[in-house]
Amino acid sequence: MADAKVIPFGEEPRARRTARRPVNGTAVPLTPVPEARTGGPSRPAQPAARGGRSLDDRLAGGLRFLRRRLTGEYEVDDFGYDEELTDQVLMSLLRPLAEKYFRVDVRGVENIPADGGALVVANHSGTLPLDGLMLQAAVHEHHPADRHLRLLAADLVFVLPVVSALARKAGHTLACAEDAQRLLERGEIVGVMPEGFKGIGKPFADRYKLQRFGRGGFVSTALRAGAPIVPCSIVGAEEIYPMIGNARTLARVLGLPYFPLTPTFPWLGPVGALPLPTKWTIQFGEPIATDGYPPEAADDPMLMFNLTDQVRETIQHTLYKLLVQRRSVFF
Amino acid sequence: MGRVVLVTGVARQLAGRFVRRILSDPAVERVIGVDAVAPAHPLDGAEFLKADIRHPAIARVLAETGVDTVVHMDVNGTPLGSRGGRTAVKETNVIGTMQLLGACQKAPRVQRLVVKSSTSFYGSAPRDPAVFGEDTPPKSLPSGGFAKDVVEVEGYIRGFARRRPDVAVCVLRFANVLGPCADSPLAEYFSLPVLPTVLGYDPRLQFVHEEDALAALLIAASEPRRGTLNSGTFNIAGDGVLLLSQTARRLGRPTLPLLLPTVTWAGAALRAVGVSDFSPEQIRLLTHGRVVRTTQMRETLGFDPQYTTAETFAEFARSRGPGLLPPDCLARTVDRLADALCARPAQ
Repeated sequence: MADAKVIPFGEEPRARRTARRPVNGTAVPLTPVPEARTGGPSRPAQPAARGGRSLDDRLAGGLRFLRRRLTGEYEVDDFGYDEELTDQVLMSLLRPLAEKYFRVDVRGVENIPADGGALVVANHSGTLPLDGLMLQAAVHEHHPADRHLRLLAADLVFVLPVVSALARKAGHTLACAEDAQRLLERGEIVGVMPEGFKGIGKPFADRYKLQRFGRGGFVSTALRAGAPIVPCSIVGAEEIYPMIGNARTLARVLGLPYFPLTPTFPWLGPVGALPLPTKWTIQFGEPIATDGYPPEAADDPMLMFNLTDQVRETIQHTLYKLLVQRRSVFF
Repeated sequence: MGRVVLVTGVARQLAGRFVRRILSDPAVERVIGVDAVAPAHPLDGAEFLKADIRHPAIARVLAETGVDTVVHMDVNGTPLGSRGGRTAVKETNVIGTMQLLGACQKAPRVQRLVVKSSTSFYGSAPRDPAVFGEDTPPKSLPSGGFAKDVVEVEGYIRGFARRRPDVAVCVLRFANVLGPCADSPLAEYFSLPVLPTVLGYDPRLQFVHEEDALAALLIAASEPRRGTLNSGTFNIAGDGVLLLSQTARRLGRPTLPLLLPTVTWAGAALRAVGVSDFSPEQIRLLTHGRVVRTTQMRETLGFDPQYTTAETFAEFARSRGPGLLPPDCLARTVDRLADALCARPAQ
């Protein structure tokens, strides 16, 4: 048990894992296997290590991290995904937002396979793509096999400075068939929100009404790679920025797909840009297998439409079910 | 009867080294180097012919010498020394290729054509896929500069391959070639004491070592080995990816992030004083980066690069000497800090 604690590169993720364990433990009844593996060894060790030693360890770990960053001795993959930076910095920034601010309730994360590629298809909403980030944090924090979600993002993300650099480092890539297929073939979990701007920029009155799912390209990509499709429903993101208007002219001038007007933005300036602290639920559904189809199925438009509709219906029904269960928008 | 190889652009370092390398191939009887200026480096046993490939005289060279393998390496982004500006380079790239292909078409003995191309073909744009395959069409066609030359040159080569199906045509698209004696614009950029970067972007870069570039050219210029095919288009790059911020840290050179318009002005100013080539294309590469897939290179061409991107860069960094912030110096500082902090509670 004590040996399990001194794996050199594991201190920080493990330390934070115990910190969030109560939240996780109450919300999601985890299967016993991962519980024994991750929670088991670190839980009894942690109280003994509290105080000077754990602080020292964390300090040493932090300095090692700093040393690697300063000398450039870290790895990124072909897509620019910097796993170390994502685990140690970007996710620690997202965690308080997910756990304290939106209090995300993650359900059914075990529907994402423990190994091999999978395509997570989710609804998109909320004016700013916070739902994508929360989805990534949910998989990263709650998946028993420590899997990472690779999101497919709109091209606007890679045009904007700072955002583009951070998005690449967090493992996002452009939503195109080439990139998605390459990631799936490498056995990654790919997250996609096929509604795109139609979903994220829809008026508040249309909340929780799924928009058209693009042209269903995600289904043929999953079919080509033989990866299962995991439908995912996100409740709570619709109300963070209630979009009551859209300044179309201003959007066109700025080159944006829409310019949101909410009850607070832009009237209250930067304060108005704070998202409302809604209570979120992220529900992963049963995976839909795609490996039983012949290779030419990816070019069959009828099958594409049927599968797209099946995924869309699943997400829509789960959304309705979760909305009925929800007590209030904020609790 | 041995093979007769014609190499264009031998006044450049890499082509000169290629000539010396292919001379040691026992199957090669004669190597003819062609360029408009005499090379400063020795070509050993190769014959040098001072000829401009932009002129039809090249057809006579091909006919008289009975060349069977043409290695076209005179497709370059920057002028060599003081050999004119961008216009002359473009003319050599495009008109030179056209003339050379015309000459090849008239020469019945030519059996093999190898062209040194560049991954600049794909451009660098935020709306392109993250990893380019050989069959990925560039979404935003380059509007000018070397990238446009490359696209045009490859267009002519496709036309030639259609007209002369008996000639094995191999186009090698090299990623940025780096090495101890690289003289590319990117190598010049990495030699600046402070690296200007574009604020808010961290491009992914891929390098190929000079040695690997030469080895790939040799494979393409000789008979295919069993189970491989050396005609077609191949991306040639080392494994892995480095971010620009990472390269700067590994070199030990501080970066100076500038806003995109400022970088363009700074580039123009630097170019005016002749410090470095900072073409708009170079700036696009340093903004959005470019990564290519190398599956075809491994599986079809049967070539495994000896150096990864990171190793190529390490080799290059060693040859350039430490910068203002040497990485081992920084590492020592952090280690000392760690020692000081860990020693304190023990007292």
